[in-house]
Amino acid sequence: MKQFFAFIKKEFSHVFRDRKTLLMLFGVPVVQIVLFGFALTNEIKNSNIVIVDNAKDMASQQIINKLASTPYFHIKKELLSSSQIDAAFKAGDVKLAIVFPANFYTDLLHANKAQIQVIADASDPNTGNTLTNYVTYIVADYQANLNATIKAPEQITLDTRMLYNPDLKGAPNFVPGVIAMVMLLVCVMMTSISIVREKELGTMEVLLVSPFKPLYVILAKAVPYLVLSLVNLTVILLLSVFALDLPIKGSILLLYGVSTMYIITSLSLGLLVSTGASSQQGAMTLSLVGMMLPTLMLSGYIYPIENMPMILQVLSNAVPAKWFYIIVKAVMLKGLGFSYIWKETLILFGMTIFFLTLSLRNFKIRLE
Amino acid sequence: METVIKTKDLTKKFGDFVAVDKITFEVHKGEIFGFLGANGAGKTTAMRMLCGLSRPTSGEAMVAGIDVYHKPEEIKKNIGYMSQKFSLYEDLTVLENIKFYAGIYGLSDKDIKEKSDELVEKLGLQSQVKKLVQGLPLGWRQKLAFSVAIVHQPKIVFLDEPTGGVDPSTRKQFWDMIYDASEKGITIFVTTHYLDEAEYCDRICIMVDGKIKALDTPSQLKQNYKVNNITEVFYQLARTAKRGDD
Repeated sequence: MKQFFAFIKKEFSHVFRDRKTLLMLFGVPVVQIVLFGFALTNEIKNSNIVIVDNAKDMASQQIINKLASTPYFHIKKELLSSSQIDAAFKAGDVKLAIVFPANFYTDLLHANKAQIQVIADASDPNTGNTLTNYVTYIVADYQANLNATIKAPEQITLDTRMLYNPDLKGAPNFVPGVIAMVMLLVCVMMTSISIVREKELGTMEVLLVSPFKPLYVILAKAVPYLVLSLVNLTVILLLSVFALDLPIKGSILLLYGVSTMYIITSLSLGLLVSTGASSQQGAMTLSLVGMMLPTLMLSGYIYPIENMPMILQVLSNAVPAKWFYIIVKAVMLKGLGFSYIWKETLILFGMTIFFLTLSLRNFKIRLE
Repeated sequence: METVIKTKDLTKKFGDFVAVDKITFEVHKGEIFGFLGANGAGKTTAMRMLCGLSRPTSGEAMVAGIDVYHKPEEIKKNIGYMSQKFSLYEDLTVLENIKFYAGIYGLSDKDIKEKSDELVEKLGLQSQVKKLVQGLPLGWRQKLAFSVAIVHQPKIVFLDEPTGGVDPSTRKQFWDMIYDASEKGITIFVTTHYLDEAEYCDRICIMVDGKIKALDTPSQLKQNYKVNNITEVFYQLARTAKRGDD
């Protein structure tokens, strides 16, 4: 055990001595998140919207005033009829249209059921989604106030339509994507390089001649990167909560648990890469081309998998980041529990076993 | 005399290629045993089998009284190893390298402290302990690598072409360190292709094409072959080689 700690200490020294890599590891996710965060905020504030108020009653006016008083919307025009909406969208700078039906207030009071139609330009799905959510919150808030004064449980339902991209497929949820990417970068690339470096320098031979077991070499190499990845995860989560106002809806413990699973998957992949590469350069190329590209393209983080040709959809199943991306979205954004993500977690677990078996076999052969 | 390495018909094949062909020899305690051969003669492969880095195809071998087939892990505690690359971590300091290697051999904290102080003083590296190894001249690295290889006081230390690329005067100093270790009872098993270094060994073994062609003290070999130096002996034997450099 003492030997093991001596080894881990040495690994940490390697990591901290290499300032450039360290800066990259922590800098890249921070820059990505901050950049995206600000780009996102600028776009969503002061969005132009149009309103068709067929009701022109107390309730519709109150909601319109509420909308106008937020920093998110700029009411560009109040249109006279729904037929003008299409033209307004085509003219370009309108992001959202809201339609109040005639008799809105009456419906609300007497039928206990009123409907507002929200039409969003979803060609940029994220903006469309966010704006619609804002409207939802504002209407819900209005309703809550109303319910506080009047006893009856009124119901305003929003009839939402996403123009141009009805299912919002591929809404780029940046944070889960960045997490999936960074973990992979740290674990696969750094681990494989650090193992291959020992081979290249000839220190691996000395380690193998020592009584220190090869399995421990691998474990001791994995520990610093596991720790580093968890620190990185924490930085990303803190940034997304405090800088992007993106709350973690699910259990944080579960999020860390599944992330640790994903990190272990990535580490075993790194180990596999290291058994296949004979130089640091080779390990880097193999991890960049073999891991980063498929992760970028096939994880669903940038390009929606549903829109891909069948063959790529099938291939995407072999990309661990795809499953992790689904898990993080479910836990972080939707607040779902383990019962919703156990399948994905099991898949990651299976992948880990597969990578480990393969690489331990290759590692043994290399000792000969 | 105590025997620390003993082999009988030790063989290593890579497919059809016989890298080491039935070699039989013994090495005694405290001896400086030189393994000579051209590149590709099989000396590194033979050494790797004795270190437990490579599994023999056939034959017998005992190192420090332990069978290489059955308990290679036991052997590892009793040997030290230094490769031609000097195997130090360049991004760690002198002291960190010493402590790391002492650490993975399971020395206690007290021993590590004592050993590293002693080592640094002996090497005259006091002013360099906090410096990264990458800043050290090659000669110092070589000496440090050797000291680190025997930091756990092994019975045998294997040196694989330890003087490659080092200037002659530093090589001389290095051999002084080897003598020192040998006097303390550590057996030195060294491969080299610097023929002048062969004269420094107690006994030498010349390998050609995976076989042992000669094994004796340097003076006895010179007598047998009626020549003035080992270089001549080596050339007479090497001329019979069929394998080229590889």
